[in-house]
Amino acid sequence: MTVQPSSRPRVGRSSGIGRLLITVYAILALGATGRSVVQIIERYDTAPLAFTLSAIAALVYIVATIALIAPGPVWNRVAWIAIGFEAVGVIVVGALSIAMPELFPEATVWSLFGAGYLFIPLVLPWLGLWWLATVRAAERAAATSEAA
Amino acid sequence: MIEWFTYLQIGVAVIAGLLAIVRGLAGKTPSDLVLGALGVVELLLIVQLVISIVAPLTGNEASGSVLEFYVYLISAMLLPIAAGFWALIERSRWSTVILGVAALSVAVMLYRMLQIWTVQGV
Repeated sequence: MTVQPSSRPRVGRSSGIGRLLITVYAILALGATGRSVVQIIERYDTAPLAFTLSAIAALVYIVATIALIAPGPVWNRVAWIAIGFEAVGVIVVGALSIAMPELFPEATVWSLFGAGYLFIPLVLPWLGLWWLATVRAAERAAATSEAA
Repeated sequence: MIEWFTYLQIGVAVIAGLLAIVRGLAGKTPSDLVLGALGVVELLLIVQLVISIVAPLTGNEASGSVLEFYVYLISAMLLPIAAGFWALIERSRWSTVILGVAALSVAVMLYRMLQIWTVQGV
């Protein structure tokens, strides 16, 4: 069987169902950034820790969105780090918001494990890590079959 | 903001979103029906923008943060357009699902806007 380069199945972070994942990331980045900017402009002094965490979360969603879209191994690494950070962040901040609610007079994206955002922040990083692993496996398989 | 209009608009966005997600998961690329539904969602957002600008002049003022309200409204208006471009670059079943997710997100943002307009400071 001869395989033309053009008929090779396309692998890549921003292809197929990956595009849907990026869409959800972009929407969350947009929502979290908008809300965070409003909080900081209007009433940063009332809850500095919560609003700083909101801003960090928004920034991580922006970085993850860009890293999923941009090609190349460096951005791939950035995507792993950003999404891994999210997975840890939502659990740590979620747990803190329940254990020490006095630290959070106002909600962040990650408060109560992302309940204010339909728990999407809790589920999304695991889908992101699964997708990155799937793409990596597909790229390895493609590289192996080319070498053979 | 006019309450009944906003609920109508949320209903349209939810129906458009579910329609697109069901058709996408069934393996269809975006049809004229799905793209038209997203167009209606966008059109209603423009009407909402006009209503929101005019309403305070008639004494119907937002009870919450006007800045936050408009951040949501502008974000919501960007979604169908951005999702449309993003979905049609690589046309597949996922394009249709992406349009559906965008429409459902518009519905969530509208609900949040309604809360900001009506129930803040209670």
